[in-house]
Amino acid sequence: MDDTYRYIGKPIPRRDAAAIVTGAAVFLDDLRFDNLLHGKVLRSPHAHARINRIDKSKAEALPGVKAVLTWEDIPDWRGGTPRTVRVLDEKVRYVGDATALVAATTPEIAEEALDLIEVDYKVLPAVIDMDSALKPGAPLVYDEFPGNIVPGGTIIYGPNCLKGVERGDVAKGFAEADVITEGTFGYENIPNALPPESVGAVAQWEEPDKVTVWATSQAPYMDKVTLFHVFNRQVEIRSIGNHVGGSFGTKIMCWQVQAYAVLLSRATGRPVKVVFTKEEHLAAFTLRVASRLQAKVGIKNDGTLTAIQGTWYVDTGYYSFTTQAQVAVGSGELMIMAQCPNWDLKNFIVTTNRNASGSTRGFGGQELKSSFIPLLSLAMEKADLDPFEVLKKNFVKPGGGYFWRDGEWYDYRGIDYSKAMDTGAERFGWKEKWKGWLKPTSVDGPKRTGIGVGVHGNADIGEDAAEAYVQIDYNGTATIFLCVAEHGTGQKSNYVRMAAEVLQIPLDRIAMSPADSLVTPFEFGPVGSRGTYAIGSAVINAAEDAKQKLFDLFAPKLGADPEDLETADGVVTVKGHPEKSLKWRALGNDRTVLGYGRFESDFTLCNCMMSFVEAGVDTETGKVSLESVVLATDVGRIIDPLGIEGQLNGCIGSAGIDTAVFEETILNPSSGHMLNPNLIDYKWRTFEELPPIEHVVLETPIPSHRFNAVGVGEISTAPGPSAVLMAVSNAVGTWFHEYPVTPQKVLKALGKIDTERRGGSR
Amino acid sequence: MTDIQTDRNTFTPPEVLTVGFTVNGQYHRFNVGTEAHEISPTHTLSWTLRETLGLTGTKVSCDQGACGCCTVIMDGKAVLSCKILTIECDGKTITTIEGLKERTSGALDPIQQAFIDHNAFQCGYCTPGMIMTTKALLDEKSHPTEQEIKEALSGNFCRCISHYQVITAVLSVVESRK
Repeated sequence: MDDTYRYIGKPIPRRDAAAIVTGAAVFLDDLRFDNLLHGKVLRSPHAHARINRIDKSKAEALPGVKAVLTWEDIPDWRGGTPRTVRVLDEKVRYVGDATALVAATTPEIAEEALDLIEVDYKVLPAVIDMDSALKPGAPLVYDEFPGNIVPGGTIIYGPNCLKGVERGDVAKGFAEADVITEGTFGYENIPNALPPESVGAVAQWEEPDKVTVWATSQAPYMDKVTLFHVFNRQVEIRSIGNHVGGSFGTKIMCWQVQAYAVLLSRATGRPVKVVFTKEEHLAAFTLRVASRLQAKVGIKNDGTLTAIQGTWYVDTGYYSFTTQAQVAVGSGELMIMAQCPNWDLKNFIVTTNRNASGSTRGFGGQELKSSFIPLLSLAMEKADLDPFEVLKKNFVKPGGGYFWRDGEWYDYRGIDYSKAMDTGAERFGWKEKWKGWLKPTSVDGPKRTGIGVGVHGNADIGEDAAEAYVQIDYNGTATIFLCVAEHGTGQKSNYVRMAAEVLQIPLDRIAMSPADSLVTPFEFGPVGSRGTYAIGSAVINAAEDAKQKLFDLFAPKLGADPEDLETADGVVTVKGHPEKSLKWRALGNDRTVLGYGRFESDFTLCNCMMSFVEAGVDTETGKVSLESVVLATDVGRIIDPLGIEGQLNGCIGSAGIDTAVFEETILNPSSGHMLNPNLIDYKWRTFEELPPIEHVVLETPIPSHRFNAVGVGEISTAPGPSAVLMAVSNAVGTWFHEYPVTPQKVLKALGKIDTERRGGSR
Repeated sequence: MTDIQTDRNTFTPPEVLTVGFTVNGQYHRFNVGTEAHEISPTHTLSWTLRETLGLTGTKVSCDQGACGCCTVIMDGKAVLSCKILTIECDGKTITTIEGLKERTSGALDPIQQAFIDHNAFQCGYCTPGMIMTTKALLDEKSHPTEQEIKEALSGNFCRCISHYQVITAVLSVVESRK
């Protein structure tokens, strides 16, 4: 591969590196405001209740309290999909639902005021899980959603939003199968991606109808769009992003905390900051959706899939923001990994009286796949097939295709990822370690190991429109105007590399605007691994447009055609005539050149990630450990070698692989209270438990943009959880189909404990 | 201290109490009280550093002593500033992430430079805490083993999984000292 690049693929530190290591990087809570008030949220102790009466007089009388708002005090502002969730309502729908907002001069006074608000609830029967929500005659979470089924489809994906997969003839497909397996499988432990920075917002209202919002979201421009609709299209919003302390997809759901800050600022005329405590972050912010798949799969003895039929139940908790989108994307992603002629895959989105599930890295695909691969494993065992070979065979290849989120069929025009998979298998030692289904790779006294594999691909790398401006200045510098908040992937630095490569100027000659919707064009936000291809294309196009306009201006002065010009280091030269040149300075200091770049959605490419896991099982303690993890992918071209290593290492955390090992949110099944909403009880992997990890990253040019690259960061988590279940099943010699495989489940499977027995005798 | 009423409304100090401590080489003395310029008995050290002194490089995540984001160095030891009341800090010497640079030249501490060179962060929210824990470790022990580094950092959580690159960065500092 030719490597004439100055910045692409080079190990260059991020632009914000010095700021991060010196503590100078500014996150939301680091912003300073004059006259700032602190907002706090009173939350419901009941999973389902109607508010009979709220007495806020004592809270209002507390010195330092500037506003107390209840559902009766606020406009009918609603969010969610469909837009049915009031910012404050007369009904509460989960333990933690907001009942009142307080703004005060200090956080302590605001908290004290919460204790002085008296709420008289009429407690209603609740549906904590899908089983109770789907029972005939079950209490309704919303009157608008009979049977507690949330309508499918989301308007942002168009009128034909993918609501399921129907294709071919499943009866014919099953007739052709050599092996058919069916059953119910789930990924229902609703883990929390849980970025370290809590969720928050600051708002400054300006009468009569303007507001500026600073938030923890990585997608400030989309916040503006979302809030515009929440506020009934009557408020002019300016949205500003900062450094984001991790998101993992979750923080595009910040509309509620933003609305709280906006309402309190509107009530007080002062800037108001609302930052969730870690308990609120865990118990009142986005969880993964719970996924349950009742399905049947047909497969031939050579590993060819013949039919997939079933129903996918998705528990979205007390409301949906992105769940319909996740169902659409997740269904398409299953088609990418399971190329099969015959499909009948339906789904239901179920609402329950627990904290909301929604957008999280893996976005529907991780959830569906973690439920589907266990089903497919039963078929592969029955047909005595090596899962690596089956997953490789059935992943989309040139000539294949899939339905995507808008309901349209897309012919895949990308590369064959088999080489990346083969290289990964070789690095992991798959052939040597694979001993057959339900057979351990090694047994050493009480310690056994087993291996598993998973795969994932996502066509959202080209999702949604992106826009950017690139401005050229006479002094040999340029500025990128782009509404992306840096949330840890390093992409903002990568956009500078891309622009620098197009304009051939040093990185430090390029500035970047803040992520401020007042000064930048539209940008959807870095989600779904779209940062490299979609957003990157907008920046590249803007830089190319600026360069073209510069050439158009300089061509007459150089007596040449614009297409005969080239530029490097602030000098425009006629190709082949180095003596004919002009410095950008010739623009004059009273002129700038503004390029505009736009990217339109392209769903004909997808990325790919294969995860290989060797799990160790201690049959005495039941503890599962990760002995080895290998990720294999092909990114077309590496933009940022240090950054991609970090993104791939991220497969373990943020509700990734560890959702199969120990991460779970535990609810009291009768009251709906969350039992582990803190970082002591919600466990994280620490430095001492790091597994050996390796990555295979190939660079086969992919027909995306001029750098032939696609993003993979988001999907590094997705194939891991099912690979862990497979590995533990093989190590122990019995099927594990429930996440996570805790010591209790292992010991129970080994017959060493009886978790059903209760009570005693004398 | 026993006769201090902690109820904010009725708080009447029997006499003017003060608390004095050094942060990044600069001595600060505050009255204990509830005005904005005072140190409330309820203030944690992380609050005082961030909100009273404006040193926002120290991050707060769990606010419960589990995650290590708020780590600062107090009298040579890495401590969790969210779990220490400021009124307990009288006479202490504290270093925060802002205090690691060489004071006159502004040069970065070698640990900071190693974190940059090895991209030992993603979102960067846990990074100041990681660096302060590392600093305390390397001040105490100039050539720790990889296992000792992992043990020292085991109270610093990272959700992006920067751990591997952090270990590489810290080992590179240790290596450069040989």
